[in-house]
Amino acid sequence: MPTPNHHPDCNRPLADDTLVACLECDLLQRIPEVPPGASVRCLRCDMELWRHKPDTLNRTLALTLAALVLYIIANSVPMLGLTAVGHQAFTTVVGGAQQLWHDGQKLVAGLVFFAAVVAPALQIGFLLLILAGCSRERPPFWVGLFLRNLHFTRTWSMIEVMLLGVLVALTKIADYAHVILGTALFSLFGLVVLLAAIQSSFDPREVWKRIEWAESEVRRKVVKSTRPEVVP
Amino acid sequence: MNEPLPTAMEHGLQSCHGCGLLSQPAPGAKEGRCPRCDEELVYRKPDSLQRTMAYLIGAAVCYIPANLLPVMQTITAKGSESDTIMQGVVLLWSPTGWPLSLIVLFASVMIPSAKILALLYLVITVKRGSIQNNGQRVRLYRMVEIIGRWSMVDVFVDTFTVALIQLQPLMSVVPGPGLLFFAAVVVLTMMAVESFDPRLIWDSASAKKSKKVQHA
Repeated sequence: MPTPNHHPDCNRPLADDTLVACLECDLLQRIPEVPPGASVRCLRCDMELWRHKPDTLNRTLALTLAALVLYIIANSVPMLGLTAVGHQAFTTVVGGAQQLWHDGQKLVAGLVFFAAVVAPALQIGFLLLILAGCSRERPPFWVGLFLRNLHFTRTWSMIEVMLLGVLVALTKIADYAHVILGTALFSLFGLVVLLAAIQSSFDPREVWKRIEWAESEVRRKVVKSTRPEVVP
Repeated sequence: MNEPLPTAMEHGLQSCHGCGLLSQPAPGAKEGRCPRCDEELVYRKPDSLQRTMAYLIGAAVCYIPANLLPVMQTITAKGSESDTIMQGVVLLWSPTGWPLSLIVLFASVMIPSAKILALLYLVITVKRGSIQNNGQRVRLYRMVEIIGRWSMVDVFVDTFTVALIQLQPLMSVVPGPGLLFFAAVVVLTMMAVESFDPRLIWDSASAKKSKKVQHA
């Protein structure tokens, strides 16, 4: 039943909002209320549809603020150093990408910079903006914009992979020189733990439930743009 | 599984990939926007199989120079020496270093090739309308999705080896031409995973079911 307020481009929401379709097999089903800590899985393909994470917003905010502090430390102090025959050299996370850039591997340098520096920053930044928006009773529309792009930042943020890479590089270098572990390396270890903890404490469904619908924003825009034509 | 299970597409409903909301397109419209988060909605990812195949072919082509060309070059007073990925694995092999050597072997050589083969298998079975082993196939897809990022490890190994060993004129390390191809394999396979729509695995079963209904 179309209501006159609907924007022509927008889909109609269903009257029964407990009905969902599994994003990996499209099976229609209902998400039941489950006790905190329990998860709901797709009947057919076993994908986790929802996990009830208690006190999700407060816990995620605490973890994300801690992650922000560690991120800043990790990117402002040296990560690794070595001493060999009187030489001493240090590098930071960004320094790694910089050296590749100087050696002519600009595309790879860009990829390393994005996966190790930019994507984690976006991930932490998006989360903080989302959580800040959620401090209002009705989170504004733009919160959704960050929330639906959070997945992208998670896919490309590869700090845990980088740490493994650093470990392998250290083992190789240890044959030639004495290796010094920097503060940034330990911050990165902490950051990996925190990002995993954020992953298991953040429940996007809780935010989506409370958020202001985009459709109402579209409606407001339509009303605004048609007003001048109506006034004369 | 062959029981008649209802899917959203069969009921003319679209679920949003951004926020998960299920909604119905406006009368007459084929696709629209999510009323909650404004994401563009489609029943299935557009041209999913073609795009996945294109990325896979690209990845397979880059896989060859990635393994044949050197990823690092060590320059010492005596001369220079190039290492491919496999040579790096062999160099790491030592009484204490062998676990890391195995990790690099898995992450850099086996995971990328396994990923290409696994996705190729998924694309071919979907194209042929297979309705068998759906559960296993979707598990395979998820495994590829989770493990795939770890093949970046060699890019980071080379990055930080190059960054640290700058002891001119005694010894320095520069990246080799293979590194670019190797990074391309990782990125292209990740994009192939993103463009594959796992719902297609289940669609063949629904299509066969509705055909049966029509025949009956």
